[in-house]
Amino acid sequence: MAKLTVSLSPHFQSPVTTRVLMNDVLIALAPAVLVSLLFYGWNFFMLLMVSVATCIACEFVIENYLLGKDIPSISATCLTGVLLALNLPPAAPWWVAFLGSIAAIGIAKMCFGGLGQNIFNPAIFGRVFLLVSFPAVMTTWAAPAGWLGVDAFSGATPLAAINEGLRQGIPASQIIADNNLSGWHMLFARAGGSAGEISALALILGFVYLLVKKVIRPHIPLAILGTVVVLTSIFSLINPDQFTGPLFNLFTGGLLLGAIFMATDYVTSPMAPLGMIIYGVLIGLLTVLIRYFGSYPEGVSFAILLGNMATPLINKYCKPRRFAA
Amino acid sequence: MALKTFKIGGVHWDDHKIARDAAIEQLPIPSKVAISMAQHLGAPAVPCVEKGDKVKVGQVIGTPAGFVSGFVHSSVSGTVSAVEPRADIVGNMVMHVCIDVEGDEFVDGIFTSDRVEREIKGSAEELLEKIKNAGIVGMGGATFPTHIKLAPPKDKKAEYLIINGAECEPYVTADDRLMREHPHEVVLGARIMARVLGVEMIVIAVEENKPEAFDALTDATLRYVGIEVVKMKKKYPQGGEKQLIDAITGRRVPSGALPIDTGCVVQNVATSYAVYQAVQKNRPLFERVMTVTGECLPQPRNFMVRLGTPLSYILDAVGGLPENAVKVVSGGPMMGKAVVNLEATTQKGSSCLLLLTAEQTSRAPETACIRCARCSQACPMGLEPWLLNRLGRAGDNDGLEANKIYDCIECGCCQSTCPAHIPLLDVVRTGKADVMKIIRARAKK
Repeated sequence: MAKLTVSLSPHFQSPVTTRVLMNDVLIALAPAVLVSLLFYGWNFFMLLMVSVATCIACEFVIENYLLGKDIPSISATCLTGVLLALNLPPAAPWWVAFLGSIAAIGIAKMCFGGLGQNIFNPAIFGRVFLLVSFPAVMTTWAAPAGWLGVDAFSGATPLAAINEGLRQGIPASQIIADNNLSGWHMLFARAGGSAGEISALALILGFVYLLVKKVIRPHIPLAILGTVVVLTSIFSLINPDQFTGPLFNLFTGGLLLGAIFMATDYVTSPMAPLGMIIYGVLIGLLTVLIRYFGSYPEGVSFAILLGNMATPLINKYCKPRRFAA
Repeated sequence: MALKTFKIGGVHWDDHKIARDAAIEQLPIPSKVAISMAQHLGAPAVPCVEKGDKVKVGQVIGTPAGFVSGFVHSSVSGTVSAVEPRADIVGNMVMHVCIDVEGDEFVDGIFTSDRVEREIKGSAEELLEKIKNAGIVGMGGATFPTHIKLAPPKDKKAEYLIINGAECEPYVTADDRLMREHPHEVVLGARIMARVLGVEMIVIAVEENKPEAFDALTDATLRYVGIEVVKMKKKYPQGGEKQLIDAITGRRVPSGALPIDTGCVVQNVATSYAVYQAVQKNRPLFERVMTVTGECLPQPRNFMVRLGTPLSYILDAVGGLPENAVKVVSGGPMMGKAVVNLEATTQKGSSCLLLLTAEQTSRAPETACIRCARCSQACPMGLEPWLLNRLGRAGDNDGLEANKIYDCIECGCCQSTCPAHIPLLDVVRTGKADVMKIIRARAKK
């Protein structure tokens, strides 16, 4: 008699696996990576390679060599590397990417048990680790230099310019005009800052791809961006000299990159729609508060780390809509 | 107008209805049948024939052994060769009546003509008695005795009779063919049940991927008032009783309650057809439509099959078990049961025989949960399978109960969407069984 396979139902499995999902996020990041490569050239390419290679090597050493297991998802590891590279100043030296990757994978991910177990988004953790440990290197920015590659100088990001200008008592609108920082400019790759922050349009393209492929749900990004827009509108209406407006805040710094690609990390974000919205509002609120009142010019990374910390609590209290009450 | 559907969760897999254009064929009667006494939910029937007895088609061979139980009839004429426990489809040892077939002689009084008998005669009680004596059960797969569902407790009043023609399981086309080829019988069966229940409103729910069935039923209902055919969105598990009630009426069956608590009774179209046969033709339930399908078959088919026909005999009729088929499923791919033994025989709930290849059905190794929440998005009961999986593996029964594991309808949406191939439903089933045991023990105290 023929041998039959027997198992419990269901007898069908979706072809969308973890690898497919992670690859989709990588594809969604492709426009941002390409734009960064175009504008920052070889140095960014080097950072990207160092980050990805270090992330994979680090996970390999811990997972395979120390624990004797296989890496569960190379794509997820690559994703951490790519996101970290996009979060570095494009003129940074190679060892920054190297150390950041070790912090991201070695500490933030593997110390907690590897894929699916980490509390903090590894790439954000890596970035904040670097920002706190090497503030000088992490705030030496390169201006986007056309096709030519890196032109390193100690310039300021739009947010840093505002932060510095306000401290000197110059009105926000004046600083924006002086530095040619209108939001529409930054939509098309004119903003200095971390490599991935250069083009809002490329990031939005990635967002649309993620939504169309149903890799992520829109709740978290929209909650973050919505909160930022609402809060900055209110503040800038009250005192336009002190507080920058919504358009400026939307397209500067790591807000889009963070809201679309980092805050939506499955492992470290809430799972029910209501929880996603609470988490998004929390991150948006913290971002605005840090940007306006904190000593750091940029607050998205810190806001996301704080949001990550609130995730288990949010998951505990925000349940999906039950069928039966 | 937007198509109706349930509000929470669900999945949209390709429906694979490759057998939809194959008309129902009468499968030749095999030379031997083995008729299970446990073809319904509840206590198995008690055999009332012995070895050597002569039986005819439609003769009672098993009598109910309790309140939730049912009659079983012979599907063939011939001589009883054995009354013995045998392995059924999933390998459980169940009492079977085995019959060697001789000719095809029906019990007196069964009408064998195809003429549609429209006039419904008899009171509600008489009709219910006929349905009970015909051994009719829920033929969508749950096999709950129909006469019990049609006689709700006195304090509960049915308002709607919902006829379930959603057939949301991929591959299965038995109900689709029945609705297309016998719409009048299905509608009459529904009217009989409505009379038994005393309800004014019948809704026949058909998913959008069966437009011919929808049109045929719409034509067949034109002459009647109080009966409506509703087109549903294609979404699994649309045919789940609770989901269907939500989709049609917007009412939600509470935890632990029955559909009748929302004023609804749901019956499958094949049940409706069987009720028509029982009441209008005196024909008890001894055959049913069964889809035999799968991409590995040269030609998927729909058969009218006598109950008790060996699966191996059905497979021979479609050219034998294909080389590359590794799994035979009785039912659809989402909720069907994997067949252990091809010598097992068909039952009242056997709607489909699905043959799957290794590529289609292999379980990939489980990887880490990445908390993508696809399982809780897919869950039509609004549960969190990822959490139940964690609690279940930790043996935390209190946590499982607090997170409403008892609401699980075991539809398989969670596990089929999981990108990490975690056997979520396996774990949930085990946990649910444990929790139900605890709840029942507590209720006893």
